[in-house]
Amino acid sequence: MEKTYEELLREVIALLAPLAPEGRTVGEETDFVADLEFDSLKVMGFVEKVEDRFDISVPLNLLPDIRTVRDFVVNLQRLLGER
Amino acid sequence: MAIFDKFRPLARMRRELAESGIASIHVVMDRVVSATEAFINGRPVILAGTNNYLGLTFDPDCIEAACEAVRTLGTGTTGSRVANGSYAAHEQLERDLAAFFGKRGVIVFSTGYVANLGMLSTLAGPGDAFVIDADCHASIYDGVRLSGAEIFRFRHNDPEDLDKRLRRLGGRAENAIVVVEGIYSMWGDRAPLAEIAAVKRRYPGALLVVDEAHSLGVLGERGRGRAEEAGVEAEVDFVIGTFSKSLGAIGGYCASDHPELDLIRYANRPYIFTASPSPAIIASTRAALRILASRPELRERLWENSRRLYGRLERLGFRLGPEPSPIIAVRFAAREEAHAAWMRLMEHGVYVNLVLPPATPDGGSLLRCSVSAGHSPEQIERIGDAFQTLAA
Repeated sequence: MEKTYEELLREVIALLAPLAPEGRTVGEETDFVADLEFDSLKVMGFVEKVEDRFDISVPLNLLPDIRTVRDFVVNLQRLLGER
Repeated sequence: MAIFDKFRPLARMRRELAESGIASIHVVMDRVVSATEAFINGRPVILAGTNNYLGLTFDPDCIEAACEAVRTLGTGTTGSRVANGSYAAHEQLERDLAAFFGKRGVIVFSTGYVANLGMLSTLAGPGDAFVIDADCHASIYDGVRLSGAEIFRFRHNDPEDLDKRLRRLGGRAENAIVVVEGIYSMWGDRAPLAEIAAVKRRYPGALLVVDEAHSLGVLGERGRGRAEEAGVEAEVDFVIGTFSKSLGAIGGYCASDHPELDLIRYANRPYIFTASPSPAIIASTRAALRILASRPELRERLWENSRRLYGRLERLGFRLGPEPSPIIAVRFAAREEAHAAWMRLMEHGVYVNLVLPPATPDGGSLLRCSVSAGHSPEQIERIGDAFQTLAA
């Protein structure tokens, strides 16, 4: 059964939390660069975790348009729906 | 955000490098006296960071061929081959390369970067998919981006992960192009090409592109690269490479048995809209290719030098790439530590490449040596001696 947006959000936040700088909480509006200080290496490390967790491949083309956790989860939900 | 605001992080990084005294990103060679020696800041140095694998930049035959071409054909072509015409020598070099690789056709490009940009951006389009090794060179990333196809990375040198990515594509795998390199430029490690070719075989219609920039003249019985060494040349759809490393000049090529290669030439914007290689470049490259093919002892010397330096640095306890190779990367945890080591090597008259994040694959800092067949045993010893001062 397809997961809801809220379920995916919870799972993505759980994957992100260990990668966040100490003391930062991760939420729907968290910005990968401004709030989590992610560089391209960290982004790719996170994407690989998500790919393994959900058995999908995330095209690199999506990444420039993703700024927040919400953007990421919306795209993730779409990719999972396309399988 | 104003137009120039996006350069602020870069400005901050440059300022930090300058404040910490890091000048290595702006090295100027006052004079180059041989394939392995130059003067930097008025002091003689051994060049161990040049990709000059066969040491052909000062080969008398290559120099004479280039000089003769300048005298008879002039200094430049002043235009693209499509708009302004080819020189006979361009076509001769393409025939030479096709014969060398045993392939049906070759396109010559003005640089290795343009070869990747042109081939990858033209081969695929919207609806197609690229599956590329995560550690691929920037020219590959730029080429696939320009194509408009979807881009997927697989874990570096991991055929199982490649298989997983192709499987996830489902029916679209028949429109997939896998891109890998023969030897990777940061760690000097080789692609497991036989295994990668075996994965590709499981997906009918998928194509395999191998960038042999660092492996031409370095690997294979005839120096044709990693595909030759791994025995999978027939499985590789497009071989891409450069003249700026083993062949000691500048330029790029793509060799293929696909008859469509000649159509790709006329759809290839980076090829069509770039001035063609100058006569001197074409002439010295043809001479260098003859040397590469006829003097396997250069390859043997290159490997002897590489194994000797790798072994010495390994015994000194440095963290190196996974296997001996003409690219020997020494890893440091901190940027400052790598820079201090680079400065010390320069003081001891040895020039290597300082590679800092984000250019490194894993965020670490590297001193990257490239070994040459042109290095004498004494020079290899002196490079090792300089590194020994770091270990002391």
